[in-house]
Amino acid sequence: MQLENPSRSVVPRVASALWFAVAIVVLAIGFRQAIFLVPTEATMGNVQRIFYYHLPHAILGMVFPYINCAASLAFLYWRRRDPWKALGADALAVASAEVTVIFVTIGLLTGSLWAKPAWGIWWAWDARTTTYLVLWMLYVSYLIARKFSGANDEGHTLAAVISVFAAIDVPISFMAIRWWRTQHPAPVFGGNGSLDASFYPAVWWNLAGWALWGFLVMGLRYSLERRRQRIQEEAALEAIEASLEITQ
Amino acid sequence: MNYLRQVTRHLVKDLQLEWRSRDAINGMLFFSLLVVVVFSIAFDPTGNPTTTRQISGGILWIALLFASVTTLNQSWAREVRNSVLDAQRMAPAPASALFLGKALANLVFVTAVELVIAPLFVVFFNVHALGNGLMLLAIMPLGTWALVVNGTFFAALGLRAKNRELLLPLLLFPISVPAILSMVNATADVLTGDVDPIQPFFWIKLLAAYDIVFTTVCLLLFETILGAE
Repeated sequence: MQLENPSRSVVPRVASALWFAVAIVVLAIGFRQAIFLVPTEATMGNVQRIFYYHLPHAILGMVFPYINCAASLAFLYWRRRDPWKALGADALAVASAEVTVIFVTIGLLTGSLWAKPAWGIWWAWDARTTTYLVLWMLYVSYLIARKFSGANDEGHTLAAVISVFAAIDVPISFMAIRWWRTQHPAPVFGGNGSLDASFYPAVWWNLAGWALWGFLVMGLRYSLERRRQRIQEEAALEAIEASLEITQ
Repeated sequence: MNYLRQVTRHLVKDLQLEWRSRDAINGMLFFSLLVVVVFSIAFDPTGNPTTTRQISGGILWIALLFASVTTLNQSWAREVRNSVLDAQRMAPAPASALFLGKALANLVFVTAVELVIAPLFVVFFNVHALGNGLMLLAIMPLGTWALVVNGTFFAALGLRAKNRELLLPLLLFPISVPAILSMVNATADVLTGDVDPIQPFFWIKLLAAYDIVFTTVCLLLFETILGAE
């Protein structure tokens, strides 16, 4: 039994190969901008260049959770009404969750690496960083719960519910943590306000490059998950047909 | 009123079952006591009275958090034995009534433990409230409900998962971050008397808002996870 129709997969394959090529080119340009072309920052020197990796990852780490939330809600909605669409929504949910965890992890790590030479401390429990850590914890717990609940409809429903909880929790966490840090002020960090215009090329190229990369990886993970689902469906169908043969 | 009667029935059932064996409460009590003792050894209340007063709110709530996690897993174990859960699923009563009854029962148990632990806490840590001690009567129930409502929900969610005992804290702790922040800071404010003059009740209001939001979400989504197949 064929798992896929070869002629139908040509367009996605070519598209993703092109997307990959574009992403690599943009990332290379971004690298050149960030490391070589953009002027050195006055106070921090070359250490500041990690910012051009930290910022895109931090921003993108906050984009993919929304995709996950939307996909989870769609899954819960379609679960009983249209199972085929529900499967697609679930695949998108897991793909975006995994990409979220990757981006947020890299954001946290690059942030810490930058913080030590810039602020003198590895981690500051200020409002933004703490909320970011909570976001990371929520999505890691989502993935662990998914793993523990099994790769079946039941497990996916539970994971979708956790995703809804996580989505509700992030804004409340942000408010609480921001108030917490206003009450107990964090260490004062030296001049990190606006960015001079000469730095913008590196920021934009890297943001574009990592966004392309993130969506590519999410797309690949999505198609991988869809294949796994299809294999599971085929196996279930074969089992049913085999059981029918016995009774005849 | 039918819904309330169903909730009451579930609540009474859980209380009765617990009263007959009393193992959850006994276990929780002793566990909380042990945690308080270990924290006393770790943080030396006599040697650092000022620091102790500032962190005592946090220690109390951590002790209660761990104690309630141990009991929440167990609260659903009753339903799994003898296919009781399948019977509950087939019953025409709304699933959220089962959830609410069980959450209220867990609230009763954890509150019972709190009533014993809090005086012991005062004894071991030599703290008395420098602020308005009556505020604790508002903070404790709100904080306990925040832990119990989400805990009961996630304990039910993990019922058919492998490593179910591990899954509950993994899910509960990140979701509870704003609640823990609120209850610890509210308690610390009362104990140290250091209340923000501009917004004195902020933490309590946030805790109440958290309770309302998550109680609603849990009630709405419980049916989904109960019949998740």
